[in-house]
Amino acid sequence: MALVPKLMKSLSLLDQMSSEKTVKHSWHLKQLVEGMLSGEVGSLSQLINLVENNECNVAELLKMIESYLGKAYCVGLTGPPGVGKSTLIDKLIVVARKRGLNVGVLAVDPSSVISGGAVLGDRIRMQSSSLNGGVFIRSMATRGYYGGVSESLDIVVRLLDAFGKDIIFIETVGVGQTEVYIKRIADTTLVMLTPEAGDSIQFLKAGLIEIADMIVVNKADRIGADCLVSEIVEALSLQEQKSQWQVPVVTTQAVNNLGINELYEEIVKHQEFLKSSQLRKERKF
Amino acid sequence: MAETKKRIRVLIAKAGLDGHDRGAKVLVLGLRDRGMEVIYTGIRRTPEDIVEAAIQEGVDVVGLSCLSGAHNHLFPRVAELLAKRGGGNVLVVGGGIIPKEDIPFLEQKGISYIFGPGSQINEIAQFIRSNVK
Repeated sequence: MALVPKLMKSLSLLDQMSSEKTVKHSWHLKQLVEGMLSGEVGSLSQLINLVENNECNVAELLKMIESYLGKAYCVGLTGPPGVGKSTLIDKLIVVARKRGLNVGVLAVDPSSVISGGAVLGDRIRMQSSSLNGGVFIRSMATRGYYGGVSESLDIVVRLLDAFGKDIIFIETVGVGQTEVYIKRIADTTLVMLTPEAGDSIQFLKAGLIEIADMIVVNKADRIGADCLVSEIVEALSLQEQKSQWQVPVVTTQAVNNLGINELYEEIVKHQEFLKSSQLRKERKF
Repeated sequence: MAETKKRIRVLIAKAGLDGHDRGAKVLVLGLRDRGMEVIYTGIRRTPEDIVEAAIQEGVDVVGLSCLSGAHNHLFPRVAELLAKRGGGNVLVVGGGIIPKEDIPFLEQKGISYIFGPGSQINEIAQFIRSNVK
């Protein structure tokens, strides 16, 4: 679990600080947490900065927000670059807002292995909802972390949870076959594909398909979409049944806003399934 | 191993009715290659959009681009809203087609520097590094 190295790091950081510095640090952290809990977006952002830059004691932070955790439902979207993850999230936000939910989005993009810099471009595609109050969107760079997410992601999820978000959409970097850490963080994991993504052998392989709670075939107006759906359904049908949950295959056209409500219904169904089967991971300290 | 260094975060924003973002994109890439995390808003954003994005993204710098001639209205509005939202520490810089005689007014309104045509990316990156609070 990604939380562990981050916690360890922050504990050793604490050892290195002089007591005077520690007191000052704790005071500043407390101010920000209070601001965040009272609904200040700026304080939430500053806390995320501290976590991302390893400038705060994560153990101390988590202790402060512990009693506010556990409400937010976490939906992860993963899939290859350009499959439509950001665009789909943009449409899902609209549905969630219509249902009166307070929405958070964490969008991860890769850091350059050469310069360490990053272009965080997911936000551009989330404009139909961005100024709609009740939506918080944060772009995060991987900063050298592998697995399709960033090292700080699960701590930042907790911050958004404490901030009062009902649902958090997490967008991974554009992934290949093995970037599957999202599964450890999200309650529901959506794996997105587009037509011509492969044949039935492709879907027997270990990796991305295995972690899906549902599979979304986006750009479903393209030639080959029906074929892809039946290939996936066939591959899934060959698996031993490990769970009561039947992985649905949903088609969408995110750009044309088609299939979005149906997909959202599936997410709700999965949420209810986890609840009724008591399988939902507890997100605590 | 994930790295632990603080990264400068920059929001590059196109304000107002202006679709000319080649320069903004060149800058996005240039700053990325100089180790910064750059968020791009896309074109035709309002000052309110830009400030909301800057606050949510926790950026150190907002770089405004405008080639439409509306800079005297748009740039100060961004600086004003930022200050109101508790982003008074954020460094605001501008670029685009900005007449020289407008620069003192913009500087007085909280735009720290105007980078006109011909500005070098190294020069911009250096300015950011030296002035981020």
